[in-house]
Amino acid sequence: MSAKGPSKDAASSGDSRAERKQQVKDYIAHHLLDSHDFGLFSYTDDATQQKHHVGFPLPIILWDNGLKVFSSSKFHHGETVAQVDGNYYKIEHAKIYKTDAAGTITYDTANHPTNPQPLDFSITKGVFMILITAFLMFFLFKSLAKSYGNNGGIASGAGRFFEPIITYIRDDIAIANIGEGKYKKYMPFLLTVFFFIWFLNMFGLTPLGVNVTGNIAVTTALALIVFIITTFTGTKDYWKHIFDPLGDGMPWAGKIFIYIILVPIEILGLFIKPFALLIRLYANMTAGHVVLGSLLGLIYIFQNWIGGTLSFGLAFAISLIEILVALLQAYIFTMLAALYFGFASETHEHAEEHDGEIAHL
Amino acid sequence: MEKLINEFSVGLFFWQAVVFILLLFLLRKFAWTPILNAVNEREQGIKDALDAAQKAKLEMANLQADNEKLLQEARAERETMLKEARQIKASMIAGAKEEAQAEASKAIAGAQATIEAEKKSAVAELKQTVASLSLDIAEKIVKSELSNKDKQLELVETMLKDANVN
Repeated sequence: MSAKGPSKDAASSGDSRAERKQQVKDYIAHHLLDSHDFGLFSYTDDATQQKHHVGFPLPIILWDNGLKVFSSSKFHHGETVAQVDGNYYKIEHAKIYKTDAAGTITYDTANHPTNPQPLDFSITKGVFMILITAFLMFFLFKSLAKSYGNNGGIASGAGRFFEPIITYIRDDIAIANIGEGKYKKYMPFLLTVFFFIWFLNMFGLTPLGVNVTGNIAVTTALALIVFIITTFTGTKDYWKHIFDPLGDGMPWAGKIFIYIILVPIEILGLFIKPFALLIRLYANMTAGHVVLGSLLGLIYIFQNWIGGTLSFGLAFAISLIEILVALLQAYIFTMLAALYFGFASETHEHAEEHDGEIAHL
Repeated sequence: MEKLINEFSVGLFFWQAVVFILLLFLLRKFAWTPILNAVNEREQGIKDALDAAQKAKLEMANLQADNEKLLQEARAERETMLKEARQIKASMIAGAKEEAQAEASKAIAGAQATIEAEKKSAVAELKQTVASLSLDIAEKIVKSELSNKDKQLELVETMLKDANVN
């Protein structure tokens, strides 16, 4: 589970229930954000009243009139100002701002910091997990590919688990939505995106406390790639469907009135499809983390045996569902991406199989 | 929405895009292409093997039908051969019988003819013997009868008498 015990530092301080609720809320909000160091958990030493963080720092890479690379340990988990080459930086809600030596952050009326932000290409916790997942996937599937050669065309080891999933994606996602003739060029993307999302979703359920697929930047990048592939592999028929959806079945004069409404909708649909992809994945994974975090936070709010046991039971049940959701969201993303690729790559013969254009919206 | 835009981190977006695209190309080259090829190849192999098995089964059935046909033909041939043999046997027996019959009747006829001839010659011999005996007897009687004159005359007279009648 991804909640990293805020309980300990507050249990000792004995705040009121309302304050504890606020702490849990802040904690969950903090967890959902990316972070510049890989913190596993933190606790407050009862004797010294000092907060200890367990984890490791990650490299900070900034572009601020020149490349600046330093360790995130300089921030001391956001508590201090980092001084690099005469510039001062401070972390506020997982974002790095340029400040003065004292670390003053000014806010506008909407309570947003007004300090300048350097371009932040840091290897954050999210980037770190993305890299870990990428390495894991690369070595896992490379060894699977190798095992075919060594084992006479039959997968061995973990490949026996992954091979049916690969053939499922091929048969029931790619071939079913794109068609026998054209699915092959989309297969690498579909397989990569499926396992990438699935693995990261599963990492999100481990006590590492990462929330990568629940980050809007990550889902945006994935959806953008889907959009680019869809747009650049679109056939003539695909674009004809968008700009001339009724085809030759209607006289030109009649079509123009419908097209004033229909064509903008079709064009909007181009962007709405990947946008829905990115929001769906983001919202589902974030919601899962919020629910799990809240249920675990209840233990801390109730601070008694009954509430704690109940919350734990509920959190356990929800995490079982989350394991399913992790797979399901990866499946849905892949499935819908395949569906959009199917629209993009369809040629006219195939299009005639549809009863009407509604099927395309 | 504003919160979402605020949360959006350009750095994370950049790394995600770069790492993902790199991973995509690496996996395509080193993993997905060989894996899919191997799976496809294996499936093709299974399909071919199944086809071949089906074909072999069909061939086997054909062969069996052929065998059945050959067997039937052989059986029919045997049947006709047996039938012919039986016919030949019957006709041979019939022929032999007929021939034997003919031979037998011929032999009998020969025997009968011989018997007839023997009989005839025997009868003729008998006649001769009887005639010579009769002559001897008659000579002896005549000799004795004609030893005196009276008797000779008497005879001439009887004979004349018989000749007169005629």
